[in-house]
Amino acid sequence: MNQTSVGMNSLWKVFTTTIGKKAVMAATGGVLLLFVIAHMAGNLQMFLGWGDINNYADLLKSHREFLWPFRVFLATCLVLHVSTGSFLAIDNRRKRGHSYEVKKLVGASFASQTMWISGLIIFCFIVYHLLHFTLGVTNPEYLTFRDAHDRPDVYRMIVTAFSTAGTVCLYALGVATLGFHLSHGVRAMVESLGLRMETWASRIDKTSLVVACLLFLGFASVPLAVLMGLLQLK
Amino acid sequence: MKLTVRVWRQKNARREGRFAEYEVQDASPDMSFLEMLDVLNERLIRQGEEPIHFDSDCREGICGMCSCVINGEAHGPESQVTTCQTYMRSFKDGDVITVEPFRAMAFPLIKDLVVDRSALDRIIQAGGFISVTTGSAPEANSIPVSKYHSDLAMDAAACIGCGACVAACKNASANLFVAAKVAHLNLLPQGGPEKDPRVLGMVEAMTSEGFGACSVTGSCEAVCPKGIPTSFISRMNHNFLTAALKLRVHGPRG
Repeated sequence: MNQTSVGMNSLWKVFTTTIGKKAVMAATGGVLLLFVIAHMAGNLQMFLGWGDINNYADLLKSHREFLWPFRVFLATCLVLHVSTGSFLAIDNRRKRGHSYEVKKLVGASFASQTMWISGLIIFCFIVYHLLHFTLGVTNPEYLTFRDAHDRPDVYRMIVTAFSTAGTVCLYALGVATLGFHLSHGVRAMVESLGLRMETWASRIDKTSLVVACLLFLGFASVPLAVLMGLLQLK
Repeated sequence: MKLTVRVWRQKNARREGRFAEYEVQDASPDMSFLEMLDVLNERLIRQGEEPIHFDSDCREGICGMCSCVINGEAHGPESQVTTCQTYMRSFKDGDVITVEPFRAMAFPLIKDLVVDRSALDRIIQAGGFISVTTGSAPEANSIPVSKYHSDLAMDAAACIGCGACVAACKNASANLFVAAKVAHLNLLPQGGPEKDPRVLGMVEAMTSEGFGACSVTGSCEAVCPKGIPTSFISRMNHNFLTAALKLRVHGPRG
């Protein structure tokens, strides 16, 4: 026994513990969650009409001094989330040692058991989504669309992209996986940050499901509305 | 009751293990699961075979010694009971029951169903002591404790350290056990002075003993014979992160 300093002494040592690593997962996941909420709110402006969504897109894209630092910050969070998550997924698997003969899911949701799989699907979806809309690799013509004010025509891009059922299906699957991941992810995030205590526990679990459902509905509504002809090129 | 019991047999940690199948003809629905194994063992001894080794002590659900995974569930199918308090009436005549040891890297197998859970004791040791005056009993009202916190500390203190949480967790994480042990001292004024070094020491020990991370699945809570909720894990995370971010914590270490 000693009376000297027994603290973590360096921030690095905090991250050598499993709780420290989960805190990284939660903090970066939290940033990504706030981003997808803002992203969804932005997308819903499609329902306000041609001018509004293009206005919004122009606002975001015209501030390069904010756009790029934000993109770098978001990418850093994604890299930390994916790398820590991959490390934990592999490490946790080893901690069982010998596997059980009879495997039974007790008290756990299916989503909680498959976070790395849903995470991997979402990662692939993000890569496709960036190639599709942001970088214009799959459909270079999207970036040439211009509206009456000579701004990037996001409205036309969205309506054109989602007029094919295949693309809508792909996006619906992508955002469904995101919802599935977050149905467990939100409560796990709050738990890992040490805020899911006593009377709050069941409320947070329910909130997690509600957030996941709302995000799915919010994201899926735009492609579905285009496919059903509710959003059209006038 | 007639039952088929498939039990994991393994001579020691170095040998390969396998499942052995035994027919139990004379089980009574009123027997506990361990009594059923006793009856089977008596027969095996009579036949000159090696009896099945399993842990047990109090057989009244409070010592935390019995430790089987029965049909994929730590402590068997009933909720909030230990294996010794699981009765054969929870099974049907003709059932095939698979009995496995608790599986975790941090719980090395000793023999058959017996595993070494001393990693949990070493985590407790890493928590150190509490500053109380021993000797004469203190004046009862000299340290005020709120009803809320005393109830919560009692809920945490209900942990019997059986390790079912580790056995049920897909990551073999000991977070629920450690959380309960941290909470029952950190919630009370008597445990207050050493709160930070305690949680840091125990979490470090938990990681170095080779337990996995918490994936917040809730399996631990579901199998816990004392029904300790996962919200204690969140409390431990809170204690740990606030203590860790102080970086330098001075105090005793066990």
